[in-house]
Amino acid sequence: MNEETKNTVDIDEALYRPIYETGKSFYFAVGFLLFIIGFTLVVYIRQVYYGLGVTGMNQPVTWGFYIVNFVFFVGISHAGTLISAILRLSKAEWRRPITRMAEVITAIVLAIGGLHPIIDLGRPDRVLNIFTAGRLQSPLLWDVTSITAYFTASTVYLYLPMIPDIAKLRDRGGKMVWFYEFLSWGWHGTEHQKKVLSRAINILMVMVIPIAISVHTVISYIFSMTLQPGWHSTIFGPYFVVGAIFSGIAALMIVMISFRKYFHLENYLKLVHFRHLGTLLLIMSLLWFYFTFSEYLTGVFGAEPHEMDVIFYKFTGTYAIFFWGMVVCNFLIPVVILAFKKFKTIPGILIASISVVIGMWLERLNIVIPSLANPRMGLDMGMYTPSFTEWTLFIGGLAVFVLGFLVFSKFFPIISIWEIEEGRKESVKEVEKRVTSYLPDPANSVE
Amino acid sequence: MPKWAMAIDLDKCTGCGDCMAACKLENNVAIVDAEQAADDRVMLWMDMMTIYEGEYPNIKLKRIPKPCFHCDNPPCIKVCPVHATYKNEEGLVAQIYNRCIGCRYCMAACPYTAKVFNWYEPEWADEFKTCMNPDVSLRMKGVVEKCSFCAHRLQKVKENARADDREISDGEYSPACADSCPAEAIFFGDLENKESKVFKLSNSPRAFRELEDLGTIPKVFYLSEKE
Repeated sequence: MNEETKNTVDIDEALYRPIYETGKSFYFAVGFLLFIIGFTLVVYIRQVYYGLGVTGMNQPVTWGFYIVNFVFFVGISHAGTLISAILRLSKAEWRRPITRMAEVITAIVLAIGGLHPIIDLGRPDRVLNIFTAGRLQSPLLWDVTSITAYFTASTVYLYLPMIPDIAKLRDRGGKMVWFYEFLSWGWHGTEHQKKVLSRAINILMVMVIPIAISVHTVISYIFSMTLQPGWHSTIFGPYFVVGAIFSGIAALMIVMISFRKYFHLENYLKLVHFRHLGTLLLIMSLLWFYFTFSEYLTGVFGAEPHEMDVIFYKFTGTYAIFFWGMVVCNFLIPVVILAFKKFKTIPGILIASISVVIGMWLERLNIVIPSLANPRMGLDMGMYTPSFTEWTLFIGGLAVFVLGFLVFSKFFPIISIWEIEEGRKESVKEVEKRVTSYLPDPANSVE
Repeated sequence: MPKWAMAIDLDKCTGCGDCMAACKLENNVAIVDAEQAADDRVMLWMDMMTIYEGEYPNIKLKRIPKPCFHCDNPPCIKVCPVHATYKNEEGLVAQIYNRCIGCRYCMAACPYTAKVFNWYEPEWADEFKTCMNPDVSLRMKGVVEKCSFCAHRLQKVKENARADDREISDGEYSPACADSCPAEAIFFGDLENKESKVFKLSNSPRAFRELEDLGTIPKVFYLSEKE
């Protein structure tokens, strides 16, 4: 028994290494990120002090970067829990080294995204009014509800499968045993504990899927519940969810490739994992295009004048560069790269992923701003240029994301160790049994 | 219950902009500096839409005063997360400045872009500060505001009518824009009172409302022979 543990520890030593070995570059990176975050904080306090005038927003473009980034970040957060839950549910064996990272993305990015509507408030000091005077009829309250539910569910869903790994860290001794002791909740890997844990994970993964879908649907409702041209669309719910999963997978692959490189995890995150995820990304890209095509074709064909104002603003007007940039980034580049095996290498997939993340950010921009810039009445077109404050807060948000990941990787294994072990020990046999059960029974056993 | 409404006769309107000025003075609307104005942050409760039609040399210019339309089915109040904008029983769409969290959802939802936001702490010129209207509360930075149909005037009219123990007569309650209009193009009154001038004008064949197909049912009627 003892020997066996030691043996497995040695096999997966690469996964423990980042926790116990910290290089100079790590401290440098953390210091640099903390500096950016501190600066962002100063800029935000300045905004609270002077008012939202320090942003580039105006009348009629009353929403800007903050809402764009809110939709974008919450979209990215769908990487995680949703993908991990779907992969677990469908018993995709290649999920094992991926799920943990996906779940961490959700927890961190959702926290960042969820803060954006508060940053956007003119009176952040009154934010608690939504509890004392909240109107559940307002789509914003639906958002508050579903994002809190999603955040709760996804952090629990991140934490539960981490318990066996935390217990491993506790048993190894060394730094901060008390911390791991506390978090491992007395896990000793008994049969009963394993059964309870696997049940809890099963229940959560089924629950988390509808919650995740509701989150982005409800975010789309913020826009589609109004009467504004370009927003008032029934397709928005699924369109946003598809876009969210799309950008989520891309962000997940960027994170995976970075960790693979810096923590030398080539043995765990193999090309095959990226190829599988790449195929998923390709499917989402085609699905995204289908939704975008349907959305704009109905608008153009119906040719309602106010709707056309918004569409022309995107097709040939001020936003043409962002609109066509979005089509290139979200459709042309990923499809060309991912459809051909020749390009479907790690660098190729990295380029496709970065392009999709940029493209999806542009998509959010294309949804929020043009409709506001072309009001039905007033007749003069609005113009929006983000200010220094808005850019800083955007970069600050990204810095929090990177810092969150760095810190997490210093305390917990970024790849689920026990699930890899389980895969090695049990799944090979299990999968063999499962595949056998799909096949027709031997001829003599059929009547 | 009365249902207050406005009728603006565009055939009489000269587009002078007196209503805009009267409104700013009456309601203590902040005056933003030139730089802010260039950034599209002008604060007007009574706006003036200026529309150029046709091409040179056959240009037609339209000037249309635009207050808040106080819709019967207002898209703005539906989306407010904190009940800071609501429709009262007399049909006025009101704002609660002390409760507004400044999310600007109502502004995004209003098809008429009737609302304005306090991007900075509101400011007035020194001369202006000596003649503030004591009946209208000042707003603070970070909240949304808009035309109230001069609801503070309604309070006064109601009190007077109650003191004399009588009904409010037609034309007694009238907002600043209607009072100040030199062309007498703005009418104000009770739609429920079938004798009122506004009720008659609202049934005129010249009457129309903006974006009627949206189903918001505005309570500001425009009157015009032309399209």
